[in-house]
Amino acid sequence: MQKILCSFLALSLLVCCSAQSPESVAIKTPAGFSTVVVGKDFGRVRHIAINSNGDIYMKLEKLLKGKGIIRLRDKNKDGVMDDTLAFGNYIGSGIALKNGYLYASSNSEVFRYALDAQQNLVSPDQPERIVTKLIDKRQHANKTFALDNAGNIYVNIGAPSNVCQELDRQKGSKGMSPCSILDSAAGIWQFKVDKLNQTYADGIRYATGIRNSMGLDWNDEVNELYITIHGRDMLFQDFPAMYNQKQGAELPSETLYRVKKGDDCGWPYAHWDHFQNKKILNPEYGGDGKKEGAPNAISPLVGFPGHLAPNALLIYTGDQFPARYKNGAFIAFHGSWNRSPEPQEGFYIVFVPMKNGLPTGKWEVFADGFSGLEKVNNLGAVKHRPCGLAQGADGSLYVSDDNKGYIWKIKYNQ
Amino acid sequence: MKQLMIVIGCMVSIVLMSQSTPSSKASAMRGKKIYTTYCLACHQADGGGVPRMNPPLIKTEYVNGDKVRLINIVLKGLNDPIEINGDEYSNPMASHAFLNDQQVADVLSFVRSNFGNKSGPITPAEVKAVRAKK
Repeated sequence: MQKILCSFLALSLLVCCSAQSPESVAIKTPAGFSTVVVGKDFGRVRHIAINSNGDIYMKLEKLLKGKGIIRLRDKNKDGVMDDTLAFGNYIGSGIALKNGYLYASSNSEVFRYALDAQQNLVSPDQPERIVTKLIDKRQHANKTFALDNAGNIYVNIGAPSNVCQELDRQKGSKGMSPCSILDSAAGIWQFKVDKLNQTYADGIRYATGIRNSMGLDWNDEVNELYITIHGRDMLFQDFPAMYNQKQGAELPSETLYRVKKGDDCGWPYAHWDHFQNKKILNPEYGGDGKKEGAPNAISPLVGFPGHLAPNALLIYTGDQFPARYKNGAFIAFHGSWNRSPEPQEGFYIVFVPMKNGLPTGKWEVFADGFSGLEKVNNLGAVKHRPCGLAQGADGSLYVSDDNKGYIWKIKYNQ
Repeated sequence: MKQLMIVIGCMVSIVLMSQSTPSSKASAMRGKKIYTTYCLACHQADGGGVPRMNPPLIKTEYVNGDKVRLINIVLKGLNDPIEINGDEYSNPMASHAFLNDQQVADVLSFVRSNFGNKSGPITPAEVKAVRAKK
């Protein structure tokens, strides 16, 4: 009898556990929100975009069966994505929809694809190339972007460098002054959405001093560009006399900026320090941890803990979520690596309440649990890394993961 | 029971003996310290690296294969596209030529005998020879 009972218990345990996908994690959100997986196993899914008919577009950083963009569609309208279309033969991170076009970027070019009235791609294999010949030196090479309402596209051209040293990432190497990288990178360039084959000469360096801005969004409420910036690495490792291990993990701040034409965000000369609330001169330029730097640079709206990697920014315009979320900023933090040997941080979605384009309160973690771990000591053990955000026509928030290629949909249940 | 203890005892001593000589053990100990100071930030405590940024040191040809190539990466740094198990890595590695021959040998011997790697040590003489070639 005991044997039978044991086998029965073992069997039921097996059934109960196999019903759950081994990779699934529980996503924690504030009360009233629920999360479902709407896509998975698409590999390195970076940014995403949701069309008015519910189609999900994903930009891949690694080709999947030779393709770099995937569209998921719910053909029979039963709430499950049942149709997959793959196209585009290039890797990259940027993707967005605007006024009947799908925009996507490689690490050196930006393309757009016309959509017909049925929201089908007119010619998925023959996009219009609107921007070309941007630098791609592998480090910070993703050409993420945002679109405004006046026919412009704002392209992040990240610095192929940590802090513009004469020898990149070489301990003891001085910062270049002036930093020659700023001419062709470390900034946001503005181009036209409807002009073909634009190069640097056709664009405008809209804002500079930006090490790498993976998150960009146009804030419709105030009609201005908002960006998140990845701060520099290695303050503790390269300057242990100025920054202890804990300070090196917390600094410099990751940042959220409102940028206007002509603005400078201070890289490589200074970094933001959210403890001192100051732009601190980088040690490679003579800083000592206290001296201020980059006097003409603007300050961020928010400074977050160091190295969390803000990979996507979305200014929420929907009506589905409670009113306090409207016009606020969601940020997807990919998770850190430069906090070792301290535990890594991030791997969550943050919300910054905003009104009239300015924060109205402290930032808060909105969705957590993506890593699947209580404490992250080794990145190899992390299950998911949030990388992209998009808003559905119904006001739902979508989150992508570039570790296992998941997409979640977060809804508010009235 | 006694027999079992003897068997276990034998197994333990075989394992211990099969480990490297006392001098290379000391070298790996020193190597761990160098790893913690100069390598851990990017390659992480488990040698697993950072996906698509800093390469892993676990069971790759770069670590366990050609010693000259490996020594050269430490001495000269690396900023060429590299692919490991189908993934590319974007962050450049700085030159670590400021480490002396003994230190390079120690840290590489540590890396080659940890993180699941089971390759033999690298000697200061081998580092010296590679450094001399430039």
